[in-house]
Amino acid sequence: MTQLKESDQQNGTTKQMTMIQAINDGMRLMLEEDDRTIILGEDIGKNGGVFRATEGLQEKFGVERVVDTPLSEAGIIGTSIGLAVNGFRPIAEIQFLGFIYPAYEQIMTHVSRLRMRSMSHFTVPMVIRAPYGAGIRAPEIHSDSTEILFTHMPGIKVVCPSNPYDAKGLLIAAMEDPDPVLVLETMKNYRSKREEVPVGKYTVEIGKGEIVREGTDVTLIAWGAMVSIAEKAAEQAEKKGISCEIIDLRTLYPIDRDIIAQSVQKTTRAVIIHEAHNSGGLGNDLVSIINDTSFLYLRAPIERVTGFDVPVPFFTLEEHYLPTPARVVEGIEKVVHF
Amino acid sequence: MEQNYPMKRIIDDQGNLVDASFEDMIDEKLVKELYYNMIRIRTYDRKAINLQRQGRLGTYAPFEGQEAAQVGSALALNSDDWVFPTYRDHGATITFGKSMARTFLYWNGRVEGCVPPEGKNIFPPAVPIATQLPHAAGAAWAEKLRGTRNASIAYFGDGATSEGDFHEGLNFASVFQVPVVFFNQNNGYAISVPIEKQMNSATIAQKSVAYGMPGVRIDGNDCLSVYFETKKAFDHARNGDGPTLIEAVTWRTGAHTTADDPSKYRPKEQGEHIVDPITRIELFMKNYGYWDDQWVQDIKAKTTIEVEQAVEEMENFPPPNVNDVFDHVFAEMPTQLAEQKEAYLAHLERQ
Repeated sequence: MTQLKESDQQNGTTKQMTMIQAINDGMRLMLEEDDRTIILGEDIGKNGGVFRATEGLQEKFGVERVVDTPLSEAGIIGTSIGLAVNGFRPIAEIQFLGFIYPAYEQIMTHVSRLRMRSMSHFTVPMVIRAPYGAGIRAPEIHSDSTEILFTHMPGIKVVCPSNPYDAKGLLIAAMEDPDPVLVLETMKNYRSKREEVPVGKYTVEIGKGEIVREGTDVTLIAWGAMVSIAEKAAEQAEKKGISCEIIDLRTLYPIDRDIIAQSVQKTTRAVIIHEAHNSGGLGNDLVSIINDTSFLYLRAPIERVTGFDVPVPFFTLEEHYLPTPARVVEGIEKVVHF
Repeated sequence: MEQNYPMKRIIDDQGNLVDASFEDMIDEKLVKELYYNMIRIRTYDRKAINLQRQGRLGTYAPFEGQEAAQVGSALALNSDDWVFPTYRDHGATITFGKSMARTFLYWNGRVEGCVPPEGKNIFPPAVPIATQLPHAAGAAWAEKLRGTRNASIAYFGDGATSEGDFHEGLNFASVFQVPVVFFNQNNGYAISVPIEKQMNSATIAQKSVAYGMPGVRIDGNDCLSVYFETKKAFDHARNGDGPTLIEAVTWRTGAHTTADDPSKYRPKEQGEHIVDPITRIELFMKNYGYWDDQWVQDIKAKTTIEVEQAVEEMENFPPPNVNDVFDHVFAEMPTQLAEQKEAYLAHLERQ
């Protein structure tokens, strides 16, 4: 949170916010500042969103700018494309990432590809927000972590904040980006903690990770809800005399390779943690980045602690699916004692 | 249901005026403009097929038989309107102002073929089916929010009505009462599947009931009916009264694309009774004194030259640029993509 402290000092106006409040604040700010901002989604108006991300916004900005749409994911994304190419800056809320699949064709074939297909004549500056992830005892299908379906897609950026400060800063950066950005919001962290967040406008640069804990023996790479799992694991490892450095990746495409290379070259070991399924997971890309940048520095094979190659289980079993601090510690010990 | 949506026509197969209420609205300028544009796009379409046969063009989707539907609707637009075509609607986009050369380029695997002339809101053709319907609704929504009188038209075929995006596009347009015209060309077949296997409804127009929007079924081979009904739907949209669904019943004379053979799935005699849409307007022009041999010869000669020039322009277009593989994915190229590009260009240098 080094940036937070700097910005605190600069403008002095911060407020305690949860992640969901910080997201709400970012949208409020952009609705105020930019007439082109329009928010679309299911239950986002009167109800303020199922997680209250848009609470109070329709009341303040009206039904034309904070729009309760039909229950229609492809319709939300498809009409947002039309709005975006015709001068607006839509923010489309998909209620849960696990419900985004009807809109996948619109995102894959049009949102991400229109710039290329029209040689930049038509562009799609839109933001898609989607809560994702397991661990909140949600009904089935609500807990997917399928970021890889979008990081594999050329033409769209994917960000995944883990805390209130980054959530607001990345959201504003996404809204100002000339290209489409998918913002994955970990439901687990929506209200897990409060921290000081500037009330004014600021951005967190897309494409930049952050070292959230410095260490010397092993680099842990995580994002979203897995950052706090990594932190807990690092604390336990410290008691065993192992010093962990943690990278909060924050942007899943394009990945900040420099921060990974610098850290791994220093620590010479890496453990990647993600809640998505193992096969084809983003961890594989991170392994290849370390391979490309830091192979000769490594003292042990890279370890991945991930969800399994199974659909996310019903919530009474989800704890067995999600990486735990204990599993991460085992991974850390494996690479340290290789 | 069919009787609720009778097929509207202004001229019949023999070129007789059958709806006198339009008599005063039909003038020589309009009739000649319709005819001229239909000749233009047919000349283009036949040339494209020839070029494909000669190996000078990639796989091509012909629209012969649908000229009245495409020209009639495109001429009903204002120049600031938005057009969302499919891959078979280049007759409409050329009529609306897309360059023929660029359209040839599209069919020759060139991305430049998707770029419309400056100031013309023509979307790249939708290749997946029905995905452009929500786009058209969204662009129209933006016009409504800005308070303009511009509107969108979404072109789509009969097969598209089976897709989820057909429903989602019409539903959004209707819920938000945006200025869009959903222009269906029901040519009877989605590649090889006939309309009766596509749906169990008597008409496509009746689907409008579900969305609380006007639906109209027209003879899509009658360019005057297409023109006036589309114009009416646009007036309705511009006046803030929301979307319209138009079903233009037509016939695809040829194949789905140059890669298939319709005799495999379509009985030969099925389309034989259908009077060609250009013949229809020709007969009408002759019946009502609009026919002028010299003028027809002149426009045919002019059109042939225009198409030949477009072929020349396409064939002399600068060669494809490898940079275009990489340069239009993001406004600012991410480092990893820049490195991929650099490495590949270096590889090419070494060859």
